Amino acid sequence: MTLPRPRRVALGAGTSQTPEIPLMRLLDIQNLTVSFSQHGGLVQAVRGMTLHIDQGESLGIIGESGSGKSVTCMAALRLLREPPARITADRMVLADVDVLKARGAELAQLRGKAAAMIFQDPMTAFDPSFTIGHQIVETILAHRSARKAEARSEALGLLARVEIKNPAAVLDSYPHQLSGGMLQRAMIAMALSCRPKILFADEPTTALDVTVQAQILQLIKDVQIEFGMGLVMVTHDLGVIAETVDRVLVMYGGRVMEQAPVQDLFDTPAHPYTVALLASIPGRTGGRRRLTEIPGASPNPANPPTGCPFHPRCPVAVARCSQDTPVLRSTAPGRDVACWRAE
Amino acid sequence: MMQTALELRNLSKTYHIRAGGGLFPAVNTLHAVRGVSLILPRNKILGLVGESGSGKSTTGLMALRLLEPTGGQILVGGADITGLDHKALKPFRRKMQVVFQDSYSALDPMMTLAQIVAEPLHIHGLGSAREQTDQALDWLVRVGLDRSYGSRYPHELSGGQRQRVAIARALILRPDVLVADEPTSALDVSVKAQIINLLQDLQAEMGLSILFISHDLSVVRSLTDSVAVMLAGRIVEQAPTEAIFADPQHIYTRSLLDAIPALNPKDRQRRSFISPAQIEAGTPRYSAAALGIPPSDVPGLVQVSPDHLVEAVVTP
Repeated sequence: MTLPRPRRVALGAGTSQTPEIPLMRLLDIQNLTVSFSQHGGLVQAVRGMTLHIDQGESLGIIGESGSGKSVTCMAALRLLREPPARITADRMVLADVDVLKARGAELAQLRGKAAAMIFQDPMTAFDPSFTIGHQIVETILAHRSARKAEARSEALGLLARVEIKNPAAVLDSYPHQLSGGMLQRAMIAMALSCRPKILFADEPTTALDVTVQAQILQLIKDVQIEFGMGLVMVTHDLGVIAETVDRVLVMYGGRVMEQAPVQDLFDTPAHPYTVALLASIPGRTGGRRRLTEIPGASPNPANPPTGCPFHPRCPVAVARCSQDTPVLRSTAPGRDVACWRAE
Repeated sequence: MMQTALELRNLSKTYHIRAGGGLFPAVNTLHAVRGVSLILPRNKILGLVGESGSGKSTTGLMALRLLEPTGGQILVGGADITGLDHKALKPFRRKMQVVFQDSYSALDPMMTLAQIVAEPLHIHGLGSAREQTDQALDWLVRVGLDRSYGSRYPHELSGGQRQRVAIARALILRPDVLVADEPTSALDVSVKAQIINLLQDLQAEMGLSILFISHDLSVVRSLTDSVAVMLAGRIVEQAPTEAIFADPQHIYTRSLLDAIPALNPKDRQRRSFISPAQIEAGTPRYSAAALGIPPSDVPGLVQVSPDHLVEAVVTP
């Protein structure tokens, strides 16, 4: 059995009808806000987020818990229950679909064909009462017309592609019979089954052992290139960012602090938060030592600080930082920073 | 002569697992820990690393006598506590405390932070109620909170703050040994550094000996004096921390180190991964003559240089 080869995408040339725009814009979000009404109050999870991603590109979103990174992805796929969630944006287009206006069939199209998502905990993402094969076949049949036998043999091929050694046995296994690493591979296979244009990976390796993490990250990079997908890698781990993506968004308190090509971010971080985050990574040098810590705690999304969300913890904050919210401005081609103090 | 805070001798734990149903199901034997020997010197931090299922947490729980070993001995400050009953164990409980990964389930949601931190004093009958509360509030300050936190409840805190409370509760009895089982794994990057620094500071101030159980090799590198690497219930390598990172001898240690994500995008590389069979086949070999010990074709821990132990085959 051979898997139908995915269409290879030659990056940067001739993939679009209009030669002036060589790459298709897969995702374009402008000024996204997401809030949740809770206990009479309003939790502002995302407070004005702008991002874009082109075909074949990989974007990392790094942030701590509560920074709004996962909620951004969920909002892009309209996976949040509304209400309590309230989503607004000046523009949110995913694979030519206006996400905020999408209804019914259009929404179904969005999830699966336009974009697929893999989550941190594959154990809860699969239904425990059906086999892996059943769930992948169901996904394929839900999105296109194929015979069940065809779908099954395609599922087999996909499991083989994600380097599962005995795909037939895994196909007939229930989630609890597989290890976390194996389940995450099966989840990637399921995500690939509809040939999505963009893959959202939300902390895909956080629950995995370090050697399994390295393998899964390699696999995600490989299939991203092979299937010509855009990749959004959401993580709190700078190591995962360093390993996998081309471009990085740094989020804090529901806002974008900085955006840069990955090497530039590590070489010359512009935002004080990014600087502090890089300095706090343990294990960069040998020997027992104190780490550089960021004092204080992340902002409370139910009651965010005025001005820059990082100003209470920022070593270089001035009076203005607590009053005016810095806007994201371009400092160099491909680089943006939201900070009054950054050059 | 270095003083020993905690010593494990040939410790093992075996579980019998019923395979299948019926009246007389087959029973499989699972060796969670097989013959682990470790020495935690006084005033040092020893890292115990390994992947899930390697037996590192089981070893930690047995060291605390929170889990009964199937075989082997546990010595605290030279005294064998393996067979002690509940009552005889109580004075040793004061000397050994623990901090777990999930601070949320480790703290009683119905108790205030002052009650939580004071509870060990209460259990051991140390001081009056007022003194106990006073000490608890002092400890909240010492771990970086303030006295006003005493009347708060666990759910009001962030993960990092809860871990500070768990540390205060563990240290209020001034133990000799602290077992810290993945205490920073659930924390955000910026908070993780705070907790690691707090542990470093308290360790130095109190002369604590810490068994630090972790799967995070980067944290282990910044915090520990020496490292033991566990695989499938055994220790396969043990050495001073820098020797482990600079000169790993066991194939499994090398594969663990290779798997650490790059700390800079320019160090990205395509990795090769090894299978359990390759690990088995790659067991280090040393010649008996070079080490000055008798040959053995069964892999065992051998000393390859001062302070550096490796599971290896010794060839004639």
